[in-house]
Amino acid sequence: MATVSIPTILRTHTGGEKAVEASGGTVAAVIDDLESRHSGIKGRLITDGSLHRFVNIYVDDEDVRFAGGLEAPVKDTSTVTILPAVAGGMR
Amino acid sequence: MDEIVAHARRDHPDEACGVVAGPEGSDRPERFIPMLNAARSPTFYEFDSGDLLRLYRDMDSRDEVPVVIYHSHTATEAYPSRTDISYASEPDAHYVLVSTRSEEDEFRSYRIVDGVVTEEQVEVVETYMFAHTGADDVPDNA
Repeated sequence: MATVSIPTILRTHTGGEKAVEASGGTVAAVIDDLESRHSGIKGRLITDGSLHRFVNIYVDDEDVRFAGGLEAPVKDTSTVTILPAVAGGMR
Repeated sequence: MDEIVAHARRDHPDEACGVVAGPEGSDRPERFIPMLNAARSPTFYEFDSGDLLRLYRDMDSRDEVPVVIYHSHTATEAYPSRTDISYASEPDAHYVLVSTRSEEDEFRSYRIVDGVVTEEQVEVVETYMFAHTGADDVPDNA
């Protein structure tokens, strides 16, 4: 099982856990597995089948936006890190 | 505070951004970490995604959290914009905004939780280590 690091804002879905385990060969499959045990988390990450623009997901050190998106491969030994983007602007 | 304002002035006319990390649960901003604005824009800021991952791993390894998340506005007031509010996703952080639109420093702080902005008072202390131990010229253990 891969280890998934959960940001503060999503820990309401994981009972406060900072890291949980999930299985799946791709980021999409890992998120589906997460959803099966931590209901509601998928909707915070994915909208209409694509990764929410306010969220970054990394497999090990790689931002999945540059590594195949939701189809990016995940190994049993991988760490998947979810981090909210830190961004904004004056408008 | 001086370092945040200096960073904002230095990067003007682009928006400047960064965090002040502190021990988890302490609410004490202790470690100033200026970040690169990957957008390099006068109207938008964004931490580079690789920098963001390294920052959070570094904070995790020190049991720190982002106590303050700051950025500057270069032409408007130091108040969170709609974009700022939609991106804000650290409910425990103090969102500090600095405006560099004029010579006068504007430094304000907010909580942003579930899209609701609440301004908070900014109290400047010399350092947190000595902030509540009395006057500097009186030995604390006298």
